[in-house]
Amino acid sequence: MTNDTKSFIHEYPRFLWRCFRLSFVGDWKYYSWMFTLSVIALFGLNAYAKQFVQGLGTTGMSDQVSWGLYIANFTYLVGVAAAAVMLVIPVYIYKNKELHNLVIFGELLAVSAILMCLLFITADLGRPDRFHHLLLRFNFPRSILTWDVIALNGYLLLNLHICGYLIYCAYNKRTPTRKFYIPFVFIAIVWAISIHTVTAFLYSGLGGRPFWNSAVIAPRFLASAFAAGPAIIVLTLQVIRASTGYPVSEKAIGTLKKIITVALAINMFLLGSEVFTEFYTGAAHSISAQYLYFGLDGRHALVPWIWTSIALNTFALVALFTPASNKRWVLNVACAAMIVGIWIEKGMGLIVPAFIPSPLGEIVEYKPTLNEILVSIGIWAFGILIYTILVRVTIPVLYGELLVDKVYRTDAVQKDVNTSPALTP
Amino acid sequence: MTRRSFLRRGTAATGAVAALAASLSPLKEITDTDSFSMSKFLQKHYKEMDGKDMASALERISKEVEKRYDIRPNIRDIKPMDGVEFVYALNLTRCIGCRKCVHACVAENNQSHSPEIQYIRVLEMPRGSLDIEQGNHHYDRPTVPDEDHFYMPIQCHQCANPPCVKVCPVEATWQEPDGITVIDYDWCIGCRYCEAACPYWARRFNFTRPEIPKDKLNTNMSYLSNRPRQKGVMEKCHFCLHRTREGKMPACLEVCPTGARKFGNILDPKSEVRQILESKRVFVLKQEVGTLPRFFYYFDERDPINLKVPTGTEGDRP
Repeated sequence: MTNDTKSFIHEYPRFLWRCFRLSFVGDWKYYSWMFTLSVIALFGLNAYAKQFVQGLGTTGMSDQVSWGLYIANFTYLVGVAAAAVMLVIPVYIYKNKELHNLVIFGELLAVSAILMCLLFITADLGRPDRFHHLLLRFNFPRSILTWDVIALNGYLLLNLHICGYLIYCAYNKRTPTRKFYIPFVFIAIVWAISIHTVTAFLYSGLGGRPFWNSAVIAPRFLASAFAAGPAIIVLTLQVIRASTGYPVSEKAIGTLKKIITVALAINMFLLGSEVFTEFYTGAAHSISAQYLYFGLDGRHALVPWIWTSIALNTFALVALFTPASNKRWVLNVACAAMIVGIWIEKGMGLIVPAFIPSPLGEIVEYKPTLNEILVSIGIWAFGILIYTILVRVTIPVLYGELLVDKVYRTDAVQKDVNTSPALTP
Repeated sequence: MTRRSFLRRGTAATGAVAALAASLSPLKEITDTDSFSMSKFLQKHYKEMDGKDMASALERISKEVEKRYDIRPNIRDIKPMDGVEFVYALNLTRCIGCRKCVHACVAENNQSHSPEIQYIRVLEMPRGSLDIEQGNHHYDRPTVPDEDHFYMPIQCHQCANPPCVKVCPVEATWQEPDGITVIDYDWCIGCRYCEAACPYWARRFNFTRPEIPKDKLNTNMSYLSNRPRQKGVMEKCHFCLHRTREGKMPACLEVCPTGARKFGNILDPKSEVRQILESKRVFVLKQEVGTLPRFFYYFDERDPINLKVPTGTEGDRP
């Protein structure tokens, strides 16, 4: 055993322990934030325990609408995870300087988003106790779901490795060795695109569901993800800047804004193409779209949702195109609008309508139950909790405050520290 | 560590553990049929079980049934016969929409009565359309048939190219050599991808623990067909394989008062279904999705003799 591995075996658990300790340290704002998230997550866990005992009958799903809120959130969060690549590409391919010290927050967001994805899938399973059957008989490559299992877990590992390696190097005041992470960064770029493509293929590969059976689903998934994901990152960066004083330049926000605008415009274009094809042809297979946009036989539960989504996205796009969006609050409102707009588009606008009417033409509507909503909100709270912890421990490391040979003051993180971040990709 | 901070941390930690325990408290309600057991957990996939594994699985299931229904079932693992491929043919001229098949199926196959699970859905169709979107699922008439409608029962089509089998991530569902697509209820993880993939809405999910009245239980059971299911797994029509693999007819066919339902071995040239497929103009539902169903529909032709084109008749030349 070399000295390096020896010191790693000693140092790494200590590093994790210090990070763990640090996640309990903060000012009153931090405590109330974490307390709130924990309480919501526990309510979600409680709702899930009820579902575990009684079965998925505690949800609003039925044999007609057999996927609902869980799969909708899962799909959305795959997009959020994939969107980290919108920071990685400018930094590692175009050598963008402003996003340089921010890319790690995108990758950490990907880690938390994938964790939430896995939890949503687990929540959706009728027999989570048989999870190990996936390892014993894995229907690969025939089932696209098995592709998704590989894609998501692979992406999680890639990002854990990249973030973990860079942060641990910074902690040890070492310059990261390029060959230990650069190849993985480039694999992760392709992989990020693959996770959302494979997730789209889950749906578009089903011949029995005409609403999904369209080649535009995968491109639309990517476009919407590359709008909503960076929008979440913009809001997150502003929170990080305000609460920790971590340097986030206006230029960096500006670059993300450009990415969001283009992606959202492409998404709206693709949506328009789809709507045209569905309605102008007037073929029978547009019946789900008919239900979604206008209602069918006096049933129209999804109509308000989809028009709200279109309104929010249109508003965000118009706002981003005008010079007003240079004001921070306008940008924030636009980002929030499209985060919600695209969330609706993925769930109530894409997953649910494919089931209505059923393949035999029966119209059964879907409305999530309170228990189902609690489980979903609980998973979100847990994911945000994890992300907060990841950011909480990363920032002092990058500031050079939490180092291998330095005692860290266990009081709140101080603002206005001039030390430049130690992280260099 | 000061005494004060020790107390503070202790209180916080105790509070956190108590909150966690409180949130998990619904788990106390778990029923013993759903509870964890090592033999269930370690049970192999159907295709990997040898005779001994199957015997112990059947013994476990028998005990569970006995415990819940106070009666010992006759449960077996019935294998497909050689040289047999089952197909179904349904005569739409004869079907009167009485739904006797729906209820015979429930009784034979131990479907849940609460919530209600049925494998067969009968559509009331307006004359002049074969578009199932036009069908009425919930027709409720004092007498059937209604003169202005015809009736179309739909169940699993036992496709030769089944999308449900393709999408299952754990191979819990597969096509048997006699053409029947079956489910290993002990292997299914309940992701419902097959339910999303099926173009015929043939699959059902147990959203809660299925309930069957004790006196309604059919004790003649098989592993891949009508043994009681658990909550959280898929189920579907299996052409009554515990009957048909032993030379009997499916329950839906036996109960049909009009003889609209025909079932048999397509590989046997003398079988009735073979005759129907050769002489009638049959069709399948949603042919365009490419699933190659083994479930055929046909109408009686008014005068089949006159409709036959004499051999050697020349067609119109352009």
